[in-house]
Amino acid sequence: MSLDAQIAQLRSEIAAATDSAQDEAAIEAVRVAALGKKGSVSALLSTLGVLPADERKAAGAAINGLKTEVTALIEAKAATLAEAALTARLEAERVDVTLPIAAVPTAEGRIHPISQVIDEITAIFSDMGFSIAEGPDIETDWYNFTALNFPEGHPAREMHDTFFMAPSPDGVKRVLRTHTSPVQVRTMLKTNEKPGAPYLTPAMDPPIRVVMPGRTYRHDSDQTHTPMFHQVEGLVIDKSSHIGQLRWVLEEFLKAFFEVDNVTLRFRPSFFPFTEPSMEVDVQCDRSGGEVKIGEGNDWLEILGCGMVHPNVLRNCGLDPDVYQGFAWGMGIDRIAMLKYGMNDLRAFFDADKRWLDHYGFRPLDLPTLFGGLSS
Amino acid sequence: MKFTLDWLKEHLETNATADEIGVALTAIGLEVEEIVDPAEKLRPFVVAQIVEASDHPNSDHLHICKVDAGTGSLIDVVCGAPNARTGLKSVFAFPDTYIPGKDFTLKAGVVIRGAPSNGMLCSAAELELSNDHDGIIELPADAPIGASYVDYARLGGSVIDISITPNRGDATGVYGVARDLAAYGVGTLKPTDMSKVPSQGPSPIAALPHQFAEGEPKAIRKFAGRVFRGIKNGPSPEWLQQRLKAVGLRPINTVVDITNLVSLGWGRPLHAYDADKIVGQPVLRNAKPGESFDALDNKIYALDASMTVIADDLGPLCLGGVMGGIRSGCTDDTTNVLMECASWDPDLIAQTGRKTGIVSDARYRLERSVDPALTEPGLELATRLVLELCGGEALEPVISGEDVFPNTVVEFPLGEVRRLTGLDPAPDEIVAILTRLGFVVEGTGEVRQVKVPSWRPDVTMKADLAEEVMRMVGVDNVPKEPLVRLAHVAPRMLTVLQNRRRISRRTLAARGLDEAVTWSFISAPEAERFGGGKPELKLANPIASELTDMRPSLLPGLLAAAERNANRGFSDLKIFEVGQVFLSIAPDGQHTYASGLRFGTARHWQQGAGKVSVFDAKADIAALLDAMGHDIDKLQLVAEPASWSHPGRGGRIQLGPKLIIGWFGEVHPSLAAQYNLTGPVAAFELDLDAIPEPRKKTTRTKPLLKLADLMPVSRDFAFLVDRAVPAANLLKAAKNADKGLISDVSVFDVFEGKGVPEGKKSLGLAVTLQPTDKTLTDEEIEKISASVIAAVTKATGGVLRA
Repeated sequence: MSLDAQIAQLRSEIAAATDSAQDEAAIEAVRVAALGKKGSVSALLSTLGVLPADERKAAGAAINGLKTEVTALIEAKAATLAEAALTARLEAERVDVTLPIAAVPTAEGRIHPISQVIDEITAIFSDMGFSIAEGPDIETDWYNFTALNFPEGHPAREMHDTFFMAPSPDGVKRVLRTHTSPVQVRTMLKTNEKPGAPYLTPAMDPPIRVVMPGRTYRHDSDQTHTPMFHQVEGLVIDKSSHIGQLRWVLEEFLKAFFEVDNVTLRFRPSFFPFTEPSMEVDVQCDRSGGEVKIGEGNDWLEILGCGMVHPNVLRNCGLDPDVYQGFAWGMGIDRIAMLKYGMNDLRAFFDADKRWLDHYGFRPLDLPTLFGGLSS
Repeated sequence: MKFTLDWLKEHLETNATADEIGVALTAIGLEVEEIVDPAEKLRPFVVAQIVEASDHPNSDHLHICKVDAGTGSLIDVVCGAPNARTGLKSVFAFPDTYIPGKDFTLKAGVVIRGAPSNGMLCSAAELELSNDHDGIIELPADAPIGASYVDYARLGGSVIDISITPNRGDATGVYGVARDLAAYGVGTLKPTDMSKVPSQGPSPIAALPHQFAEGEPKAIRKFAGRVFRGIKNGPSPEWLQQRLKAVGLRPINTVVDITNLVSLGWGRPLHAYDADKIVGQPVLRNAKPGESFDALDNKIYALDASMTVIADDLGPLCLGGVMGGIRSGCTDDTTNVLMECASWDPDLIAQTGRKTGIVSDARYRLERSVDPALTEPGLELATRLVLELCGGEALEPVISGEDVFPNTVVEFPLGEVRRLTGLDPAPDEIVAILTRLGFVVEGTGEVRQVKVPSWRPDVTMKADLAEEVMRMVGVDNVPKEPLVRLAHVAPRMLTVLQNRRRISRRTLAARGLDEAVTWSFISAPEAERFGGGKPELKLANPIASELTDMRPSLLPGLLAAAERNANRGFSDLKIFEVGQVFLSIAPDGQHTYASGLRFGTARHWQQGAGKVSVFDAKADIAALLDAMGHDIDKLQLVAEPASWSHPGRGGRIQLGPKLIIGWFGEVHPSLAAQYNLTGPVAAFELDLDAIPEPRKKTTRTKPLLKLADLMPVSRDFAFLVDRAVPAANLLKAAKNADKGLISDVSVFDVFEGKGVPEGKKSLGLAVTLQPTDKTLTDEEIEKISASVIAAVTKATGGVLRA
């Protein structure tokens, strides 16, 4: 058989094999059979060596032509088959994307409104240069009442208002704090320096600027009162701060907290044992639509108590009232949370009802900041 | 305290409206609770005359009346009242008027048994003025037809309700309120005549002796009494009854109504005894322990020796300063009266009031302290009223004891106003304000001597005077001033612990747990079960029998919450609390724990119906520790469960041998059953206080990062070990086989069962080698492998699986 006939036969054989290859393995076999070390085309190529020199050139060109031709043929088929295989795999891997994912949004936990509001308060007051101070829930009678200028026989010192601890071996009368005000005393007295009580803020000399959130307790339980609730107080002590700054601080705080451009406050002279002068503050609001809107309307809502720290309290805390002065205020965290976020039942705060927590709670990354906005 | 605008105007000359007065009262610290006009709903009713009354032809009791209501034409009205008659003046309601006593609105064009009726003649009951519904109201012949009945009968008038802070005893009477308003500039105070009334004979009783032993509590200071003889008691005049009714008091009889008038009007409580019911000479003494007292509220009180009574030969007549007794009460038939106007110790009155639980107008005023200058004048005022309204003779007053006048003089630097409030009124203005309030300001220059009036015992120091000035200028007039920033960037606001709490909350919420806030107190059995229950951590006066002990753990609250949720049909729960637990009564015995639990499984196609396990709890606590910068694998993990835990499925985490920082595990099934929870409950507790604060560093630089250039090599080993051997022991042994080259050891497989002998387990370890300076040869790798096997075998008895 002539070389040309051989080439023609090989060409047709390989073309037929290529054509009939059904998958990537088959085409690879065709490639090896033709172009492998021992393949038919390679074998033909190896015959060149025995040809006379004058024929070799033309024969070489013809055989290499065949090689180029079948290589292209096989590669094209291989590419087609690879693509088909991929398509088939992808089709096989098809899933039902409508299936619900495990991490549906409600499966993410929620932050309790009290924690969230404390973080909001913290964000606002940190911008004003305040620190957070805290103290123990179990307080001595002295820190909770005496130091704060409550006279003996004051109604708050009676069993029907205050939780008393059972007698202790040291004979000291203790109560569950009825307000966060003992933290003011601890801050001024620097009893928060005590080692082993790291929940208290570091000791402070005047100027003092602290806010004090925490749990408080009163012997009261009905529709609108729970025996445990939360308060936040603020304290500014220096040599010059007066009611003018107090009004500014409270107005700025309430504007920032309720995220409104304006609040109108009404200061009423009032009475507390631990401040003099004392005031209660009402905020103007609109209650017409069933929900309370701060910053508009014609109603007044009592929101906090405040005043200049009483000279006796300063004295009890080792500060000379003729040198140092300052103001303090206090409000209910639960209450302002209810006002801002529209909860209507205080008791639900402490019930841990999953439905309530999921509804009124906050996403873990809703971190209140002033730069990112208090609430999203 | 309630009063009417008319009543106020009896003491205050002013043209101010009720609303203007309300604003002023709130501004000066006498907070207005509400202002209502109860007669407002009677505005549409007019005075009308029955010009002609005739019997209704179709009824045996109805009348057909032609009524002149001042409209210019006569109105046909059918009326069923027996007293409807020609010429009678009465009260008329036009159609479309709301009738409060009937709770309906009159219709127009009504026909009653064939006769048209366009309106209604009204009884007192229909107007809710009294219970009298026997007939229509009869008005005098001179009542002006067409006039508003409210105006004619002077029913109109706003009732103002204010709340009085405990320091303002001076404002517990209308007169005192008027005095404060006058000082504020709303009108002029009208003085009351309290001068002495001449006596018409000697007193039949002696001054009441004060029978108190040395050192005994003594509530009475001064007792002023006066006997009246031959008075005529009975219902008080209409104006007095109406005044009392308007503020919610029930008229009793003239004498009693007078005591209430003086109490509410001048803040000066009185008490009236029927003198004929007093047996022997009345005295002042403390009650005998257990002595019982029939009070005017129809209740019997057991008294004790701290309570002062006015007593006669038969026992207590009156619980001094708090409430009178039934036995000597004045009735319509009383003819001889002992009127008391006494001065009491406010603290002891408050104490007696709280002990007995009696809430009375007298106690309300006396515990806030009543002007001591009013004791005898108050009696003279009462005398005038008794003589005027009841006649009779006023006998010689009997007076014993002494009033207490503080006579406070405050050294007042005028600059105190500016220092404390930021207001800067001129000295003259300060002096003028104080003078208007009744203070006497003496001296010149910066520091003045300010004499406090007898009715303001609450004012004792310069801050009080600053408040008085601010009160009169108005707190809302204090200029706002920004609180100037301190001269440095704000310091760190949160302590390490505060930050840990915040991070813990957000970490756990991000892991799918909801934050709960539960009570700080739990039941005694729960406290004991969780290691608490110390006697000094119990409440002396718990609010409920299941809230008696300060909690030693957050888990009881969370378990109870899980039970509540399960009872509501939500048995898939993941909750946590970050809050205080109480390990002792000392401040440092209060720790903050971050605790949580996972209970139940939401079945899901992606996860299978896997139950929660101890490893969920371990993962939660590991995440918390990581958030606080601690790697759980570098802490000491002890397979000793917490007291609440499944004995074989719980562990604790320690920093060193003594410092326990947390526990995790599955809740003991029998404990879970107490909360009606079936199936595993994974729980953890982390003591945020116990984790030491990081050392203060001089630099925030982190250790230099060294990255190896060479590829790490991994080799797997499977060991057979006793079932009880902790995996941690194998990991530790393998890791220590070559500290230089072994960078990590992990467990890739744990298997028990087919092919593994009983009592053994197979643990697959993946050991990673990280060459540092040259690639490892096969021989070197083999050598390290051999030492890993040897180390594990030596430490745990484990053998390489074939």
